[in-house]
Parts: sequence; C-alpha cells; structure tokens
Amino acid sequence: MNNLNIWEQFMQQAEMRWSEVIEATSVHIQLVFFSMIIAIVLGIGLGILITRVPKLTTVVLGGAGIMQTIPSLALLGFMIPIFGIGVNTAIAALFLYSLLPIIRNTYTGIKDVNKATVEAAKGMGMTSLQVLLKVELPLAIPMIMAGVRTAAVINVGTATLAAFIGAGGLGDFIFLGITRGIDGLILLGAIPAALLAIVLEIFFTYLERWTTPEGLK
Amino acid sequence: MIKFEQVSKVYTDGFKAVDSVNFEVPEGEFLVLIGPSGSGKSTTMKMINRMIPHTNGTISIDGNDITKLNPSELRRNIGYVIQQIGLFPHYTIEKNIAIVPELKGWDKEKIKARVKELLIMVDLDPEIYGSRYPKELSGGQQQRVGVARALASNPRILLMDEPFGALDPITRDQLQDQLISLQRKLKKTIVFVTHDMDEALKLGDRIAIMKDGNLLQIDTPEKILQEPASSFVEEFIGKDRIIQNPELMPVVSVMTTKVVTALLALTPEKALLMMRQQKITSLIIVDENDEKFIGLISAYELIKKVNSIQLIEEIMRVPEHTLTETATAKDAIMMMPNVKYGVIPVLNEAKKVVGIVTRGTLLTALSSQWTELEGINE
Repeated sequence: MNNLNIWEQFMQQAEMRWSEVIEATSVHIQLVFFSMIIAIVLGIGLGILITRVPKLTTVVLGGAGIMQTIPSLALLGFMIPIFGIGVNTAIAALFLYSLLPIIRNTYTGIKDVNKATVEAAKGMGMTSLQVLLKVELPLAIPMIMAGVRTAAVINVGTATLAAFIGAGGLGDFIFLGITRGIDGLILLGAIPAALLAIVLEIFFTYLERWTTPEGLK
Repeated sequence: MIKFEQVSKVYTDGFKAVDSVNFEVPEGEFLVLIGPSGSGKSTTMKMINRMIPHTNGTISIDGNDITKLNPSELRRNIGYVIQQIGLFPHYTIEKNIAIVPELKGWDKEKIKARVKELLIMVDLDPEIYGSRYPKELSGGQQQRVGVARALASNPRILLMDEPFGALDPITRDQLQDQLISLQRKLKKTIVFVTHDMDEALKLGDRIAIMKDGNLLQIDTPEKILQEPASSFVEEFIGKDRIIQNPELMPVVSVMTTKVVTALLALTPEKALLMMRQQKITSLIIVDENDEKFIGLISAYELIKKVNSIQLIEEIMRVPEHTLTETATAKDAIMMMPNVKYGVIPVLNEAKKVVGIVTRGTLLTALSSQWTELEGINE
C-alpha cells in the first residue's frame, strides 16, 4: 500500500470510504453550523451590548481576544470536563473561537455609523431601540457580515480538531491518516474541509453583498 | 412659545456651557442664536428638544415644562436640521422625508402625498429625486431634503443648527432665500444657530448674541446694529456690517441736520445771497406759522432765473420725494437717482424738516465706515 503515490492513495481511500466521507462532511457541517449560529446570536448581541455599555467594552473584547489566543486543541481539552467527550464540547469550543471576529465587527460596525445620522435619528424622535434597528444595524450589516465570514472560514478549519475529542467530522480522516501514516487519508479529510471553507467564503461574500442596503453600494 | 427661565447647563466636571439664560421665543418668530464657538449657542438650542438635557432652570413650550414630556414624543413634534444633514444613507429621499410621519403612524397615502408636497416645496422634482439615495444628491440638494424632512409632520417649532454652514456661498444664499420665503408662508417658530452675522441679519426677526454661556443681547437686527449692548457685541457684529446692510441703517445717520430754512416771503436776490454765504445748494422753504415743510429751492435754478422772477415761489418745487425719520439709508439710496438736484428732505411726524440727505451726505456716511474698516484691517 505504501508503494502507491499520494494521489493514488487518496483515490483508493476515497473509493473505500466514500460513504464515510459523506457522513463526516455532514457532521463537520453540523459542527460549524451550530457553533456559528450560537456565535452569531451571542456575538452580535454582545457587540450591541458593548456599544450601549461602554464599561463592558474592554472586558468583552479582551475576554473574546484571550479566548482566541488559547490554542484550539487546549480549548477543546478544557471543555471536556464541562461538556464531556463528543459533539457538545466541540460546538462549545468552536463557538468560543468564532466569537471575537463577530463581536469586534458588530462593535466597530455600529461605532462607525456616521454620528450625524444617529443624531438626526434621535433628533427626529426615534427611541434608542428604533435607532438601533432602523439605523445602526442596517448600516453596520456589511461590517457584521464580514466578521461572520471570517469566523466561519476559521471555524471550518478548526473544526477538524474536533476529531481529537471524539466529535467526528472530517478531522477523523486526518487524525487516522497521521496515526497510520497514510498521507492519502489526510487528504481525504483536508480536501473536503478546504472545499467547505471555499464554499462558505463564496456564500458569505454573496450574502454580504445581498444584505448591504441599496444606498450604500 | 418657547420660554427659558434661569436655564443652565453645567457638566459634571463643573464646566458651565450655558449660564442662567432667560428668554422667550414667541409663536412664529425666527430667532437666530449667534456667538463665537464655545459660546453655548448650540447647547442652548439642543436643550429645547432635550438632545442635551439642561441641569438647572425651566424650559417650557406653550407653558409645558419639557422635562415632563417624553423625549421621543417631544422631538417628533419639533423639526430638527443639523449642519451635517444626517440623511439616512440606506433610505431613499422619499423614505428619509417620511421618517417622522411614519414614527407618528400616519397612513401610507397621507405620507405619500405629504412627501410629494414637501419635495415640491423645496424645489426638488419628486419624480426625479424621490427614489434616489442621498449620496446621489449634491450637498445643497441634501440639505433641502434635510429641511423637508424636518417639516414633514408639520411641527410648529423648527430647530436649525448651522444648517447652511457647510455649503458653498452661492448655495447657502439660495437656501437662505428659500428658507425666508418658506417662513413667510409657514410662520414656524424657528430657533436657528449660526456663527455667520450676515446670515443672522438676513434671516432673524430677532438675534440673540451669546458669549461664554451668557446671553448678552437679544434684539431685532436693527437694534443690535444701532444699540449694541456691549463692546463685545459691537465688535462681534463688525463695523463694516452697516455698509453691507443699508436697510438696517437709519436714514438719520446718513443725513445732515445742517439745514438752512427760509420763508416764502424771501426775495430771489436775498435767497441767492443767503445760499452763497452758507455755501449750500438748496434752501428749504417752511411755513411761517408752524414751520411745516413747503418746498425747496435749488441754487442752480435760482442762478439761472434770478433776474427774471419776482418771487422765489415761482421756482420753488414741492418734491414728491421725501423721507420720514423712520426710513432707512437704503430707502434714501434707492430714492436718490429719481430726485432732481439730489436733495431729499427728511421730515418728522409734524412735517418739520429734521435734515436733508444729499448725494454728498450719503457718500460721506458710507465712506466714513469704509475708512474705519480700512483702519481696522491695517
């Protein structure tokens, strides 16, 4: 088997494990999807919160920043005592990992909205919730979407590590390939993961363009 | 009516932006707040719609203390125009104008009709501009939309914070003229902040001059120019202001009170002698009983006809052009080209002559201000 070149190895493994690849990709997508959903909801929420409560800005951005500096594998390890082994831990860790770009971009997106526009909105009698929903968020959307895109692409890569804590996904093949010394097997995990990242990147680029208000294009 | 009673704005660090200010803005008045930067003029204006909360005193609108009103409700009933315009970039022009009516829950048809009406009012074709976005409009056009937006729900009060300050001079002039004609029709109560004295004089029914958070003087433009309450006001309005605004300059300041009067009984020879001695070119004839103005005699005509006439009455003219004491220098300037021999008598209520305006007195008065101005510049 070891006489085969890497491409032949890959083809062989792919043929052998075709259904497993589909299965793992589906798990991988689920890991990314659920962790991103939580990260988007909480990230945007926290981003909005720190524009309203300036005292929290340093704490929240700092906290999310520290999260980002913890090596991904270590973060996964830390989560095991809390969520046990498996999918939940992986989602929790991936979520924490995706938080920073979303919080930061939501915060800057809102802060970057022209002061005069906000003053006019208040001056016309909008409540602060109306200012947020009708002015600040629509104008911050391109920035927020850029944050989500960054987070999602990083997330796809980091999610391969979930295999180390038994959460499955495309990382399984990479893990297996390393332990058994089969390079083709590593590719079998890496190529779909990379493709997934590219697809997400394209998807979010379009979504960003589509959600940008007409007058800003 | 807007009323300020002992209103102050003191920041937490102790800085007094506005210091115990008292004034009233009657319904339908155009009040201009003016002063150097940091004088508290913008702060004073923004306290009216609670964009900046005041810390002491009472501000009331039609007798209602504004702190007792919901701030959003209050603001929806006060038009607000700012220098940076602040149109929503993600809204079309139509939607921008419709913001306050929508907040107030007007029905769609009514809003649509109102938006159209407003666009026409500010000289923007609704067909062309209604569906555009703010960035597709010039600065002047954007501020027209800004004004339309502030007027959308037909508020009785309009607050304008240096609305034309960022526009080029020609556009600014056009928008000022437009605002004047709008105000003639709409009769809003307007509080307008500027640091441009010419703008203040052009627009204001009254002008309030502020410095270091204090209100120094609040008066009509004429009063401010003629009776500045302090040397600061005088300096602030500038000495050259009158030349640029002759309509604000009383006629008495461009006339001479050195008037030689005579009675009708005078002989032509004596009249000529009198004029030569006094070095004057016209003689004012008054009634012998009550000194009322009758007419005037010009030296040029007298010299020509002195030998052919018996009574000065024969060459006396009763001028159609006279001015009252309350007239302005502008009236005199406008009248001058139509006046024969260039003499305009200025009469008081009792029809007595208080002075005359000649081309010479006009020129002297206006040029003296030029020379004063030159002196300052040097």
